[in-house]
Amino acid sequence: MSIEMVVRPHVQNFIDWARDKPEVVVLSADLTNSSEVGRWRDAYPDRFFSMGMAEQNMLGFAAGLAREGYTPYIHTFAVFIYRRAYDQLAMSVAYPNLRVRMIGFLPGILTPGGVTHQAIEDVAILRATPNMTVLETGDATEVESVLDVAQAVDGPVYVRMLRGVVPRLFPRTDPMRLDRVRVVAEGSDVALITSGIETEEGMRAVRTLARRGVGVRHLHVSTHKPFDDPEILATLAGARAGIVTAENHTIVGGLGSAVAERIAEAGLGKRLVRIGLRDTYAHGASREHLAREYGLDAIGIVRGVERLLGEPLGIDAVDLVDDAPVTPSASASAERSDSL
Amino acid sequence: MADRSATWQADTRAVAAGIRRRVFEHVLRNGEGYVSQACSAAEMLAMLYTRTLRLAPLRAPIRPGPFVGVPGPRTPGYLTGAIYHGPTAPDLDRFIFSPAQYALALYATLIEVGRLAPDGLDDFNRDGGTVEMIGAEHSPGIESTTGSLAQALSQAAGIALARRLRGEAGLVWVMMSDGEFEEGQTWEALANAAFHGLANLRVVVDANGQQCDGLVSAVGNLEPLADRIRAFGASCDEVDGHDLDALDAAMRRPSDRPHVVLARTDPTRGVPLLAEKAPLIHTLRFVSPDERARYQAAYEAMAQEVELR
Repeated sequence: MSIEMVVRPHVQNFIDWARDKPEVVVLSADLTNSSEVGRWRDAYPDRFFSMGMAEQNMLGFAAGLAREGYTPYIHTFAVFIYRRAYDQLAMSVAYPNLRVRMIGFLPGILTPGGVTHQAIEDVAILRATPNMTVLETGDATEVESVLDVAQAVDGPVYVRMLRGVVPRLFPRTDPMRLDRVRVVAEGSDVALITSGIETEEGMRAVRTLARRGVGVRHLHVSTHKPFDDPEILATLAGARAGIVTAENHTIVGGLGSAVAERIAEAGLGKRLVRIGLRDTYAHGASREHLAREYGLDAIGIVRGVERLLGEPLGIDAVDLVDDAPVTPSASASAERSDSL
Repeated sequence: MADRSATWQADTRAVAAGIRRRVFEHVLRNGEGYVSQACSAAEMLAMLYTRTLRLAPLRAPIRPGPFVGVPGPRTPGYLTGAIYHGPTAPDLDRFIFSPAQYALALYATLIEVGRLAPDGLDDFNRDGGTVEMIGAEHSPGIESTTGSLAQALSQAAGIALARRLRGEAGLVWVMMSDGEFEEGQTWEALANAAFHGLANLRVVVDANGQQCDGLVSAVGNLEPLADRIRAFGASCDEVDGHDLDALDAAMRRPSDRPHVVLARTDPTRGVPLLAEKAPLIHTLRFVSPDERARYQAAYEAMAQEVELR
């Protein structure tokens, strides 16, 4: 089994997508190439506006443009959208329900830039923000199709965006859809619900678990809010031993919390193990290192299933069924040098 | 409605006097409220609505409706307080009101110029109404929700950019208070509006030297404010905010960049009794029946001079 690795899927896709949408403009705060819109700027210089390193103003500017019928696509690191400028996000953009699209890069541990660059509680905060739609991309197909999903929403949209080398886990013919989960694997012992990069890790864990006789129904979530797909409740109800969630985010307020809310509200009485950052900040290191340190990698998910089942399964990291990544011609190492 | 008189100055002066009287009367009836803001801003608000802003006329003053909900999926077709400014058009101006704590003065202005029904203030701060104490975007004359101060200028700059992209001739006016220049966002907005050359963006600032805790100079000094504004790339005229001719000249000055009219004002103008409470005059509250009686007498004297229709 092999996984196609796609280099910078957002770059050309966003250029092509915006060609027949003159209402789409881009605002950037000094992270243009880092947010993969440098070539977009060169393609549409009249629709690209540099806001300087000043995010509070950028959110207000976007609100003004949206009030006039434009659809601003803010491109910067996720932390600088919701942490740096939250009052502006809430009062200038979300309260009036304006069509501003906030494309937030470097969700969770996806940056060696350290704690200042790691968006670890954005889903929690923005899920709690009225009028907000919260999306998260998990692969190249979702990076390519999230634009259509966002553009169709009559209100503000926040996107956890992937950049650089991104795996294609789902076929191009199966685009992201609003408030629709993907069923990645079938099984009836355990439900595994993942989002973002945790889906890739979850797929590795599920294949190994299957060899040990543990059947996992694996759902991939790309819409954090709304969170009403009936498939979610059906999956929770059908999970014999309980549920494991995995998110590239703190376990407080994000996917795990949303699942807990559904379990409790439906009176399902199921056990739940939440995998994610356990009420801690992270630090600057590689994705692989941080995923291992905080238990966000495939073996971390296996350990979560073991906790749920209350029994060790005798699986070690070396046992995990790996995919052979297929990287296209452009060099992946070039991506790494751009990682700040 | 104020009397329409022979010169624009007399007309504008009458509107300004009407603003002070309506606000003063309302605060006395209410027992407390925002008076000093009307004292300082009456002339600039009167100027804006009688002479400066190019707004579509209304067929009749609007009676404020009930609160119908916040903007969102459950309120399609949501209307903002901009309806009190009439339909928009490419060659008409827009007015974005930043210091939401000045709402009472704004409502009084809208009544004076025939855009809000004369009994509109009956709904002020009333449960279930839209004439809120600290206005939001459902409130008369208010287009965006700016009670968390210093957010309007950025929004107005975005609107100004959109209007320039569409080639519209109308200007985007913002009224601000000087305290808002303590917020970093104001400076981000000025610098960025200048960077984008938004010559269609115009700001009038009520520099009354007052904020919630007292004197601006004691809470967080802003001076030299005009020089600071110019240093951030805007043009700035500093004028006496009660001098109509000076205000008019400053507001009409052509500029190739964002233009700021820094109007120096007196927060006790028209109600000199307020000086006794200075510098804590952000809201007027009476400490004794005797004090209230003295304010009532001052109002009666004002009412003798300023007729409301």
